[in-house]
Amino acid sequence: MKSSARPSDVVQPAAHLRLVSDRAGSDTSGITLSGVSKTYRSRDGDVPSLRPLDFHINEGEFFVVVGPSGCGKSTLLKLISGLLPPSSGEILVDGEMVTKPHGNVGIVFQNALLLPWRNILSNVMLPIDMQRLPRAKYLERARQLLKLVGLEGFEKKLPWQLSGGMQQRASICRALVHDPGIMLMDEPFGALDALTRERMNVELMRIQRETGKTVLLITHSIPEAVFLADRVLVMTERPGAIAAIYDVPLPRPRSLDVMADPVFTELVQRIRKHFFSQGSLD
Amino acid sequence: MAEARPQSALSKMLNAAWVRPFLFLVFVVIAWDLAIRLFRIPAYQIPAPADVVAVLRTDWPELLRQCWPTTYATVCGFLLSALFGIPVAMLIAGSKTVESYVYPLLVFSQSVPKIAIAPLFVVWFGFGIIPKVISAFLLGFFPVVVSAVQGFKSVDPDMVDLARAMQGSRFQVFRAVNLPHALPAIFSGLKVSVTLAVVGAVVGEFVGSNSGIGYVMQRSIGTFDLPTMFAALVILALLGVVLFWIVDRIERLVIPWHVSQREDIVFAS
Repeated sequence: MKSSARPSDVVQPAAHLRLVSDRAGSDTSGITLSGVSKTYRSRDGDVPSLRPLDFHINEGEFFVVVGPSGCGKSTLLKLISGLLPPSSGEILVDGEMVTKPHGNVGIVFQNALLLPWRNILSNVMLPIDMQRLPRAKYLERARQLLKLVGLEGFEKKLPWQLSGGMQQRASICRALVHDPGIMLMDEPFGALDALTRERMNVELMRIQRETGKTVLLITHSIPEAVFLADRVLVMTERPGAIAAIYDVPLPRPRSLDVMADPVFTELVQRIRKHFFSQGSLD
Repeated sequence: MAEARPQSALSKMLNAAWVRPFLFLVFVVIAWDLAIRLFRIPAYQIPAPADVVAVLRTDWPELLRQCWPTTYATVCGFLLSALFGIPVAMLIAGSKTVESYVYPLLVFSQSVPKIAIAPLFVVWFGFGIIPKVISAFLLGFFPVVVSAVQGFKSVDPDMVDLARAMQGSRFQVFRAVNLPHALPAIFSGLKVSVTLAVVGAVVGEFVGSNSGIGYVMQRSIGTFDLPTMFAALVILALLGVVLFWIVDRIERLVIPWHVSQREDIVFAS
């Protein structure tokens, strides 16, 4: 592992650099980013999206990233899943360097992105088809996952016959069916109404506890971040850099009541200040 | 007041999908007949519907016989459009380089009036079936390409990323995501294409042929035999409708999941 000293060329305003937590252990499991940056090449010249990032996500951790829109959060997700190569630095997943899609991730986007011509069950089975894994072996697992998220009996329905929340739950099953170590979620509940969203948060927390996956979740909502996370990474505006990483010292399992806890509200306030000091959250 | 029961049977029949266009057709024919009587239009300008029907009855075997070459040329031309159009669209949608080279030329070639170059095909390929097939193909090709390109390009990039992140190969991702996604657009292109292929085949028959409905029309115009010409038009229209209907049926079989085919209810939690 690298030493904890950061490369000196990283431009990070001291005011934003409030590392309340840096639990970066020295084990190889989990996700490690060292000096990872991304610059998009476009016709109008280079567009920096991410400034060099260094952080470590422990195995089984619920890690949430909050930041203003356009700060490169989604780029971060594509880098870790291997869809995009970083411009510099390296990403290690369980000690292996990521250079191409590695299949050890399940991805959930803001839209459920279910294929309209496949029924719910065969949508969930898509990763199995893509990775050419034995169908018969995973079919039972797919059914159990659908049961876990409360979609039992909807296996043969087509996606449009389900509500938005149900579709998103099916897409969570799809992200889990090939038993990846990591779940990457890009504003997974951003398109849902507030009530459904709260319920999905509770449900997601339960699913994460039952499956023990490492979760990297990206969100705009600070209360959602604090409610879900073991640690919250706050990002600066584009090009994105780490403003701070916070521990969330709230005990698990958490219920929605935790939102009234002084620790919770204080942490939300503290994170919110980052955005007021650098502009709006959009 | 009308009673509810018997009326429902009648209104059900009136509401059947095929009855409405049929009723409208009857209305048009009556208006046509009335116009001829009222304005005393001479038969060498527009024939009366009754004359056209009479020709359709007496010359039916001959018209049917002439219908086959046209149908054959249309179907061959249409199948070629689909066979070449869809792969070309795949290349154009898949590669910016191919698109920049090919697409403008394709649009350019489309602006060339086919009827002007159709005689060339006769010079090259003689009076057989080939010039007609080529003519039908040239008219049917473009709508397939344009629609299919649009279909292939409108795939959600996130969906493709998702499938790629599942370690799907390029071909697997294409087969599982891009192709089915493009099918509705491809079919709408095919439906336009099949009707245009009929026109193409007739154009081919106009310029040089000794069989087919287009040939019958050409010949009857020459002799001012307007009832026969109109009868040929009716046959052509029927041919177009039947072919369109067949493509429409195939579409329903292939993409039953599409929005346009939905009738079921929505579940909500």
